[in-house]
Amino acid sequence: MPQEFWRWIESRWTAPDKEWRSAKVITAGVDVGSVSSQAVVMTDGELYAYSNMRTGSDSPNSATNAMNRALEGTGLTLDKIQYTVGTGYGRVNVPFSQRAITEIACHGRGANFLYGPTVRTVLDMGGQDCKAIHIDEKGKVTNFLMNDKCAAGTGRGMEVFADLLGISINEIGDLSLKVEEEPPPVSSTCVVFAKSEASGLLREGWPKEKVIAAYSSAMAHRVVSLLERIGVEPDFAITGGIAKNVGVVSRLEKELNIKALTPKYDTQIAGAVGAALFARELVEKGK
Amino acid sequence: MIANFGFKDGSGEFFISLDTDKCNGCGDCIPACPGSIFEVRDEDPNDPFREIPVAAVKESERRKIKYTCGLCKPVSDHPPLPCVGACKAGAIAHSW
Repeated sequence: MPQEFWRWIESRWTAPDKEWRSAKVITAGVDVGSVSSQAVVMTDGELYAYSNMRTGSDSPNSATNAMNRALEGTGLTLDKIQYTVGTGYGRVNVPFSQRAITEIACHGRGANFLYGPTVRTVLDMGGQDCKAIHIDEKGKVTNFLMNDKCAAGTGRGMEVFADLLGISINEIGDLSLKVEEEPPPVSSTCVVFAKSEASGLLREGWPKEKVIAAYSSAMAHRVVSLLERIGVEPDFAITGGIAKNVGVVSRLEKELNIKALTPKYDTQIAGAVGAALFARELVEKGK
Repeated sequence: MIANFGFKDGSGEFFISLDTDKCNGCGDCIPACPGSIFEVRDEDPNDPFREIPVAAVKESERRKIKYTCGLCKPVSDHPPLPCVGACKAGAIAHSW
């Protein structure tokens, strides 16, 4: 079987010092995205376990798989979770959730929890769309914006490039920074156009790192225009898979002239964390 | 919260902005829009704890507003927009 360069690393985590049996409220959030699915379990409003997996062709299954993976080895079962909120692209397809909340609200809330109350601007660079969100100190959304329909400047675009260049997606960010001189950005971030433009550049003899640098800066540039619309107020946090790509993040920081906060956890779990936090609030309100 | 519903066409990026703090969910925007893009939702999907109904661009229309809104917005002129005029609370705004 040929190597699949786009395959990113799945992850799973359990809090080393927590015991779910002594928790009063156990809630969960499941974020079924177009590319990845995450399940987060929280005990009394604190992170207990999470998993981050690829979404398959079947959303209900992806949600169940992510949940099973998060619960693995903890002894915790689905019936002990008091409330589950689904979010993301496949939010209505989470079979064990009691409610669906949009990823906009969840990412705002999740970023507030993961990066602290000083975060005002959240950029979610997801698998197939980008969202710019402005939040207040409680993580409530005050202004948001998403692009209409396009995978330009998203994780899926990066996967396509990894495949085209034959470089693992986990190394592509570092590689793009190895250019001596920053090349001009590719003229379109549209994945299809950019891919054919990149093929042309490769044929002209451009090294791979130069091509990926040109794509990364086009991607950063596109997102900056989205962010400028809502205004970038510090602190600034990036969530989603592209937040792990230093090539895009560093170019974005340079163009915006602002540093993004450094994540403590997997950047892809923000939506699911927000969902689990909403679930806890809904339990407390008795809804 | 200001909810921006955006679209992109040959002349740039445009947004319909709904200020949900001003919106009272009256629904006057629904008949006013010739493209019927608005709806009033009992719960705001972006703000789960909101108590009153709120107007939003329909999910089925969100990706087509390029075509529906474009008709009210000629490039040569800035006529008053029916949705903006119908909203007594002043919650709807458009970028040109």
